[in-house]
Amino acid sequence: MAKQAILESVAQPFQKTDLPDIRPGDTVRAHVKVREGGKERIQIFEGLAIAVRHGGIAKNVTLRKQSSGVWVERTFPVHSPNVAKFEVVRRGKVRRAKLYYLRGKVGKAARIAEKR
Amino acid sequence: MLTGILGTKIGMTHVFSEDGRMIPVTVIQAGPVFVTQVKTQASDGYSAVQVGFGEISDKKITFPKFGHLKKAGLSQNLRHLREYRVADTSGFEPGQMIGCDIFAEGDDVRVTATSKGRGFQGGVKRYGFKGQHMTHGYMTHRRPLSSGATGPQRVFKGTRKPGRMGTETVTQKGLKIVGVDAERNLILVSGSVPGHNGCLVSLAKEAK
Repeated sequence: MAKQAILESVAQPFQKTDLPDIRPGDTVRAHVKVREGGKERIQIFEGLAIAVRHGGIAKNVTLRKQSSGVWVERTFPVHSPNVAKFEVVRRGKVRRAKLYYLRGKVGKAARIAEKR
Repeated sequence: MLTGILGTKIGMTHVFSEDGRMIPVTVIQAGPVFVTQVKTQASDGYSAVQVGFGEISDKKITFPKFGHLKKAGLSQNLRHLREYRVADTSGFEPGQMIGCDIFAEGDDVRVTATSKGRGFQGGVKRYGFKGQHMTHGYMTHRRPLSSGATGPQRVFKGTRKPGRMGTETVTQKGLKIVGVDAERNLILVSGSVPGHNGCLVSLAKEAK
């Protein structure tokens, strides 16, 4: 068996099969599992996907949102068991794979048009 | 029980732990190894088990090694031979097959392999010399500079100089076993291990 095939077969059981197709520019809701005082609940982090990094099990997505007036970014490994599910709320029309330029924009310039 | 095993480094990937943390793992195809010789206190002055691993063609195996394997009653050719010290050699006999199930999840291991060759390297990379400034008019950047005092009028032996780097035997201690797949002879070790993908690695249990 080829080395690459072995590596893929090792990581494969940890990978989710029910992931939506997340693309840069999409608005995504991540259902994050939060453990507090022995209890577990779901917290939703909704933000704009400004970067999607591929790489099998290491695939991750960076979501950017405004929280109490401050812009925050959080990177989720998409196959992590700590994220119950992802939902794509809105498809955005963008021409770049990485939307880091949005960090320097405010107000109207920081919007992404919806894909039709 | 044997305290170590030989294997081939396959490469690195990730797995998730039960509490959701991502663990970087090195996949090692370990074993099966075959006992080629049992050394006892009476016969050799110490007790150890010699095992063999890996395939080699009839054309390439040396005749003395061929004879050594034949003495152990083995039909196949083994490329690598290594010894592991054991306290008690009872239960081992030449020709016996040992799989990677001697390890269990959570065990501490040390992994020994030949590190990647770096070629001819300077003092900065090879020994961590600080080098000189990159700017402010410095015309030397990564030179080794002084080789020592002028008093002895010679350079002492062992002075750190540029030269061949890598291809050394390196042991990484205290690594944890994350998973064992006895069916496919795979061992997952947390973190990185020395050597290039496909190289021979030796796993040994850490003394408790």
